[in-house]
Amino acid sequence: MKRIRILALLPLFALLGGCNLVVLDPAGTVASRQSDLLIESTGLMLLIIVPVIALTLFFAWHYRASNTKATYAPEWDHSTQLELVIWGAPLLIIICLGAMTWMGTHLLDPFRPIDAAATQRANGDANAPADANAHLEVDVVALDWKWLFIYPQYGVATLNQLAAPANRTIDFHITSSSVMNSFSIPALAGQIYAMPGMETTLYAVMNRTGTYDGFSANYSGAGFSGMHFPFESLASGDFDKWIAKAKADGGALSRSDYLQLEKPSENEPARSYASVETGLFNAILNECVEPGKMCLNEMAAIDERGGLGLAGINNVFPLEYDKEARRGAFGPDASYVASLCDPKHPMGMTAAAAGAAQASPAAPSLANGAPLRGAALPRPPFATFLGPPTPERPTSTSLPAPEPQTPAPPSRPSNT
Amino acid sequence: MFENHAALLKFIFGRLTLDAFPIHEPILVGTFIVVATGGALVLGALTYFRLWGYLWSEWFTSIDHKRIGVMYMVLGVIMLLRGFADAAMMRAQQAFAFNGSEGFLPAHHYDQVFTAHGVIMIFFVAMPMIVGLINIVVPLQIGARDVSFPFLNNFSFWMTAAGGIIVMISLFVGVFARTGWLAYPPLSEYAYSPDVGVDYYIWGLQVAGLGTLLSGVNFVCTIVKLRAPGMTIMKMPIFTWTALCTNILIVAAFPVLTAVLALLTLDRYVGTDFFTNDFGGNPMMYVNLIWIWGHPEVYILILPAFGVFSEVTATFCGKRLFGYTSMVYATVVITILSYLVWLHHFFTMGSGASVNSFFGITTMIISIPTGAKMFNWLFTMYRGRIRYELPMLWTIAFMITFVIGGMTGVLLAVPPADFELHNSLFLIAHFHNVIIGGVLFGMFAGINYWFPKAFGFKLDPFWGKLSFWFWVIGFYLAFMPLYVLGLMGVTRRLRVFDIPSLHIWFIIAAFGALLIAAGIGCFLVQIGVSVLKRKELADTTGDPWNSRTLEWSTSSPPPAYNFAFTPIVYSMDAWWDMKERGYHRPLAGFKPIAMPKNTPTGIILGALSIAFSFGMIWYIWWLAALGFVGALAVGIAHTFNYNREYDLSADAIAGAEDERTRLLTAQA
Repeated sequence: MKRIRILALLPLFALLGGCNLVVLDPAGTVASRQSDLLIESTGLMLLIIVPVIALTLFFAWHYRASNTKATYAPEWDHSTQLELVIWGAPLLIIICLGAMTWMGTHLLDPFRPIDAAATQRANGDANAPADANAHLEVDVVALDWKWLFIYPQYGVATLNQLAAPANRTIDFHITSSSVMNSFSIPALAGQIYAMPGMETTLYAVMNRTGTYDGFSANYSGAGFSGMHFPFESLASGDFDKWIAKAKADGGALSRSDYLQLEKPSENEPARSYASVETGLFNAILNECVEPGKMCLNEMAAIDERGGLGLAGINNVFPLEYDKEARRGAFGPDASYVASLCDPKHPMGMTAAAAGAAQASPAAPSLANGAPLRGAALPRPPFATFLGPPTPERPTSTSLPAPEPQTPAPPSRPSNT
Repeated sequence: MFENHAALLKFIFGRLTLDAFPIHEPILVGTFIVVATGGALVLGALTYFRLWGYLWSEWFTSIDHKRIGVMYMVLGVIMLLRGFADAAMMRAQQAFAFNGSEGFLPAHHYDQVFTAHGVIMIFFVAMPMIVGLINIVVPLQIGARDVSFPFLNNFSFWMTAAGGIIVMISLFVGVFARTGWLAYPPLSEYAYSPDVGVDYYIWGLQVAGLGTLLSGVNFVCTIVKLRAPGMTIMKMPIFTWTALCTNILIVAAFPVLTAVLALLTLDRYVGTDFFTNDFGGNPMMYVNLIWIWGHPEVYILILPAFGVFSEVTATFCGKRLFGYTSMVYATVVITILSYLVWLHHFFTMGSGASVNSFFGITTMIISIPTGAKMFNWLFTMYRGRIRYELPMLWTIAFMITFVIGGMTGVLLAVPPADFELHNSLFLIAHFHNVIIGGVLFGMFAGINYWFPKAFGFKLDPFWGKLSFWFWVIGFYLAFMPLYVLGLMGVTRRLRVFDIPSLHIWFIIAAFGALLIAAGIGCFLVQIGVSVLKRKELADTTGDPWNSRTLEWSTSSPPPAYNFAFTPIVYSMDAWWDMKERGYHRPLAGFKPIAMPKNTPTGIILGALSIAFSFGMIWYIWWLAALGFVGALAVGIAHTFNYNREYDLSADAIAGAEDERTRLLTAQA
């Protein structure tokens, strides 16, 4: 009778067989090791879980009140041997599991570079690529609510579609434009957060060709459900064709195009860009795609040398989109730090130049011609922060004299 | 003063406009009609039966720990209905939104639903139930007449209730947060969530969090200072031990929550940049801080549940608890370790292999004391005489369910596995497995166990068993499919799906949720039926289960003063020991007892906190100022009230005790 009841459960397992447990049967090297670790840990723990469940059921049945034949020992409450077992057995298992965790975590750390080609060469594979492009570089940007992939080695970019050759190491560099997402491809190597102003990396190799799911695994707002993309693992030749097609089909992705693209939109169709403005990913990462905005890494470098002092608080623009909304209840309007220089004004921006940069059509999301609050910083004290003052440098002809209402330049000692 | 009409309106109503009322959303309008009708019926009935005065003087202003405990439980059950309604909507949405269908909830609504579900279930269901149970049981279990600070206890309750009300207001006025239950920035920053949702979240949690913190202080003090003579720390009942550890965790962890929410408040209200993208703000700091509170929080919830299971197992196996000392050490070790694991909630942030392995391994180490506890319950059953009353049924269900949840938890603590499973439905299945299978089953065990103590009659076993089976089967049907879906790589908080093969699992899960709904229904019926059959189910002995700890030595329900004479404790399981030694109740020689007086200050402060929060949320500054200054004034005024106690006369006590003697002899 009991056996028949167990048979009734069989359709359930058939259901399991029918579904694609991608986490347990992934196609990527990293993911399959992760999956091995998952299965090994489960096995280790079942060593203790199964006896506990079995004993619970057995004791619950055997020591029921109606079974007066069972031993009853109401005062029995201690046994040193048993105590040793109940603390020792889990301890031993956790020691094994801990060792596996330590090794596995270091081996499969997403920041740890891997080199599929080297492995292939070591295995005597004559076809293994040896050149510097053995790794495929992909810059990943999580936008509201779509994914942008830039292939710096090929100069192309795609939106909501990703392809990579199988058996070639992929180096992902991941960031986000506005809020936190998680870049996740379970079949490849799991996931890692995509965070604004920060870069995470993920090294991975695909072992099989095929199309797999990629998506954001961290809720990021209204369009979150639509933030998924097909990830195609292609044979090497097919990947070259794919790149060629992307080049043929796509338009260009300039900074101003990007500023349009990063505005919130949902369920964007996949598309490609034949060319990408140089330095775009770096600008996205440092939150300075908008012309006239200081990059985070520049800001960090200036701060590292002592900062701009009090004068720095004037060197800001009113912020529009961090972008769409103004700040809360009290306090100043949101603002951002203006760039001190850009490629056209290598010696420093003036208020007028910064305003012009803003007003240019390249920056449609910025308030047109909104004045820089305060003047750009006067140069001499600024120079002291960047290094020892060099008298040979051009004098202040390229910069306006400080306006009267500008606070006096800080007279703090140079850190250098 | 005001340039025009609009400026005046803005002064009076802040950013509250008619658009804030969701009259165009049929689901909310329907809900409102149901709530309003139900509310009107309840209020009407209260008025008709002239119960307002009774409620006010006997309950709302009461500072009796037992009454406050019951009010916490009622709050928890009411909020459970709301939290479950959210859960049912999510399950329905995910079951419908296939094959090109968008389901019935737009993102704007669905995202509020899953945020509210998490917030309500943790803060306004699990916490009130835990604190309520501690309130009812702990003072009785340690032989005390009340808690250390009875007024503070009432105030704490009303702050928790006020937090719940603030969150509930968002249902019909404005919106709730659309950020997920921990409101990670930058999404929860003003730039990306400019509406009132996150503000409701912040102020609801700040007000409730203050209540929880104060209640924590109160119970640490109570347990440390008010134990009956003879009850040394290693003779404390296990439930009291877990309550002590939980309240220590509350005192240590909740200030972190208050601080991190305050920083987010500054970001949103005055334009600071703690967690923004610009100006060196760092959202990762928020994630760390919130989990430094958040991880201890899950132990705050589970430890008292462990305590309940320990009491229940010992009682219904008719046996001393196996390994009391090791149980105590396990509890303390868990308390300490719970502070060393927070980072396992975000391995995928990329903290590096060594940091991740450290936190992964500390997490696994917690499973050792937890495993030891499991074995202790197991060996308490060994050579026992197990009576399958409701509390014991819930305990067995817990033991089997919780080890599964524990196992998946350790799996998630292996960082490489977490890189695959983080934020997937596997994670959702895991934490529901431990929170429902642990905390909720524990609360049902506790409610069924202590109900006769609180009210003087047992709960109806038939409806209780029905509720039990619906819950347990419903739980497995609702959450086991989510494990499978997680392994298929499905992530959480998705609103629509485009892979047809997933559909069947969501349908099974929705069916499970339906069974859980039946379980909740049966629980409510159980309470109703028990009230109707209270004569039949009455417990006149004060000790209906043949239990072991002090709370069962007094009458059910206990008198306001709990114990006419403070008991003296000689052994662990003090009441069992007294019964063994042939204890006789003292029948004469009563002395007057100084009792604390009821006060409306707590409920007034709660109401003023709501006014303050509402003002802050909608930028109605005059209201916020009024609420804040008012609360301050009332608080200060209360400190000048020196007339706080009265003496319960020896005659009154003798009367109550004689009544009990009469009942006991009638029983015999």
